[in-house]
Amino acid sequence: MKKIASIIALAVVFGATSASAQTLKTVKDRGILNCGSNGSLAGFGLPDAQGKWAGLDVDFCRAMAAAVFGDDKKVKYVPLSAKDRFTALQSGEVDVLARNTTWTSSRDTQLGLNFAGVNYYDGQGFMVRTALKVKSALELGDASVCVQQGTTTELNLADYFRANKMKLKTVTFATSNEAIKAYDTGRCDAFTTDASGLYAERLRLANAADHIVLPEIISKEPLGPAVRHGDDQWFDVAKWTLNAMINAEELGITSANVAEMAKSDNPDIKRLLGSEGSYGEQLGLSKDWALNIIKLVGNYGESFERNVGAGSPLKIERGLNNLWTKGGLQYAPPVR
Amino acid sequence: MTMSEGDLAVAQLKFVRQTTLEQQPPPAALTGALGWLRENLVSTPFNVVLTILIGLFLFWLVPGIVNFLLIDAVWTGADRDACREIVQNRPIGACWPFAWERLAYFTYGSYPIPQRWRVDIFFAMLAIGVVWILSLKAPRRDLAAYYCFIVLPICSFILLSGFEAIGLPHVDTVLWGGVLVTIVVSAVGIVVSLPIGILLALGRKSDMPTVKLFSVLFIEFVRGVPLVTVLFMASVMLPLFVPEQYSPDKLLRALIGIAMFASAYMAEVVRAGLQAIPKGQFEGAMAVGLGYWQMMRLIVLPQALKITIPNIVNTYIGLFKDTTLVFIVGIFDLLHTIEVSRLDPKWATPVTSTTGYAVAGLFYLVFCYAMSRYARATEARLAKSERR
Repeated sequence: MKKIASIIALAVVFGATSASAQTLKTVKDRGILNCGSNGSLAGFGLPDAQGKWAGLDVDFCRAMAAAVFGDDKKVKYVPLSAKDRFTALQSGEVDVLARNTTWTSSRDTQLGLNFAGVNYYDGQGFMVRTALKVKSALELGDASVCVQQGTTTELNLADYFRANKMKLKTVTFATSNEAIKAYDTGRCDAFTTDASGLYAERLRLANAADHIVLPEIISKEPLGPAVRHGDDQWFDVAKWTLNAMINAEELGITSANVAEMAKSDNPDIKRLLGSEGSYGEQLGLSKDWALNIIKLVGNYGESFERNVGAGSPLKIERGLNNLWTKGGLQYAPPVR
Repeated sequence: MTMSEGDLAVAQLKFVRQTTLEQQPPPAALTGALGWLRENLVSTPFNVVLTILIGLFLFWLVPGIVNFLLIDAVWTGADRDACREIVQNRPIGACWPFAWERLAYFTYGSYPIPQRWRVDIFFAMLAIGVVWILSLKAPRRDLAAYYCFIVLPICSFILLSGFEAIGLPHVDTVLWGGVLVTIVVSAVGIVVSLPIGILLALGRKSDMPTVKLFSVLFIEFVRGVPLVTVLFMASVMLPLFVPEQYSPDKLLRALIGIAMFASAYMAEVVRAGLQAIPKGQFEGAMAVGLGYWQMMRLIVLPQALKITIPNIVNTYIGLFKDTTLVFIVGIFDLLHTIEVSRLDPKWATPVTSTTGYAVAGLFYLVFCYAMSRYARATEARLAKSERR
C-alpha cells in the first residue's frame, strides 16, 4: 500500500509538471473542455432520460465552456468516483473538477488543488419524522440515528453529540441506500447526511411529507470546482466564471434579459458584459465571455433554481446559498 | 422321464394360447402426469421431503415476485406520483413507466439522439452475424466467419465511433452507454479471448522455453490479479504515466483489460481440453507426417475444443456478467445507466431502485440463459458422434 502511494505521489509530481502550464491554450486547441463530474448525484451531476447531463456542477462546466468557446456544448463529462477524482485532475485527464468537492486545507495544499470558489454551501443535517415533534437537533439526545459507515458524516455526528453532551445511539449501514431504507422502515428516529443529499433522499421515502429536515447544520462542507496547482491563468478563468454567474444574479442579468441588459447604462453591467473595458481579454478570453455564460447557462440563481431549487423536484431552499444582499453567503468580487 | 411327464401335463390342459397377448398400456399410476409425479417427486422419503421443502420455498417466493412485477405494478404514469403508495392509495409494485421512460437511456446511454440509428444498425448487423454463425441451417456458413471476425468489427467501429470523411460525425466513447456498451465490451471479450486463449494454451504446452515462459507469466500474472484491479490500473494509473494526448480512450483501456483477463482464463480452459486428448492422437498425427500446426488444426484442437465447450460457454457467461465491473471506472454500461437512473429525483420512490434492478436482472437472465441453452444444444449435437 505504501509503495502504491509513493508511486502515485511520484506520478503526481511528474504529471503536475508536464500537464500544468498553458491549460487554457491546450483546451482551446483541443476544442473541448474535459470536465470531471459526479454523474450520480441528483441536482449536481446526473444524466437525464435523454442522456443529457444536468446539475449545478454540470452548469459550471457549461459556463466555463461558454466562456472559453462561446459554446456551452463543447464539454466532455468524465464521470469520476470520489476516490479517483483527484488523480484524474492531477494527471491532466480532466481540466477542471466540478464534482461536489469539499474545500479543505489539506486538499488545497497536499493534493495540489486550487478551489475556484464555492458554488454550493453544504453541511451535514438531520431528517426526522414530523410525528416525533422534534424542532431542533439539540432535542435528539437518546434518539437513534441512521448513518452511513466510514464517512466523515459518522465522525461529525459523534463530535456534535459529544460537544453538546447528548447520548448518541448510531445505527450504521454500508451504503446510504440501506441507511435510508432502515430509517424509512422505522429502525431509527433520525437520518443524517449532507443537507443537499437529505432532500434527494427524502423523495425516496414512502411519504416525504411525514419527514422534516431540521434547521441545524453541524458541519461546514463548502463545495466548489477545482483546478490544478501551477497554472494561474486557468485558475483565473475558473474563478471568474463562477464570479460572473454570481455577479450576474446580483445585477439582475438573466439568460432571458441579457440582450437588453447589454444596452444598459449601468457601468457594472457594461463592464461585466464586455461593452466597456477589456476584462475578457485580460483573462485570455473574448470580450463577450460573461455575456456568453449568462446567455447560454444563466446566472447563479437561475442555475440553482433549475437544478436544486424550487424549479427542481429537490426543492432546496436558497439558505446560505442566497446572495449576500439577501442574507446568504454568495458574494463575488466586482469585474473592473 | 421328466420330458414325457411334461408333455403329458400339456396334453391334459384344456386351452393353450397360440398367439401372443396384445400389448397393454402400462398401469395408469405409472404414466402421464401422475406417473411423472410419482417417479420424480415422491419416489423415496428423502425425495418427498425435498419436494415439500422446494414447494414451500416456491410458495414463499413466487407470489411475491408475481405480485411485485405484474399484479401490483404500475403500468402508466408521467412522474413519481404514479408510483407512490401515498398518492395512489394502493400497494405499489414495480414502477414500469420509469423503466419505459428510461428505456432509450438504458439502451444507448448518452449517445446523441440524432445519431442513434447508427447504434440500431450495429445491433442489427450483430444479430445477423450471431444468427448466421450459430445456426446450422444458415446458407454459406463459410463466409459467416469472415463476416463476424473481419467485416463486422470494422463496420461497427466506423459506425459507432464515426468517420468524418463519409459524413458520420465522431461520437466520443464517453457518450456510449447502456446495452450498447455491455454488448460491445462482452463481444470484444468473447471474440478476442478465444483465439488468444488458444495461442496461450498452446504456448504453455510448447517446448520452446521463451514462448512457454511468456505464456506462463502472462496467464499466471493476469489470473493472480482481480479484474477490478486490472480495470483500475488501466483507467487511473495509465494516464499518470503517458502524456495526455497519447493516452488511449477510456473505453479502449477497459476493453484491453477485459480482453487480457478473459484470454488468460480461456487459455486455462483450452489447456484442460488439450490435456484430455490421449497421447496416441498426437503420436498418430505425427506418424502420418503432419506438421505442428496441421496436427493442432486437424486432429487435436477439434477434439479438445469439443470437450471444452461447456467450460468455454461458462467462461463467456462469466465474462458477460463481469462486464458490469467497468462501471467502477466510470463507463456507463447497462447496470451503471440503471444505477444512475434510479437516482433521478423525477422518479424518486421507494420502488424505483428495485424496478431498475429487476430490468437488469431480466436482461442478464435472458442473455445468459440463451447462451447456456445454445451450449447445451451444441453439446448434444456433438455427443452424437460419441454414441455411434
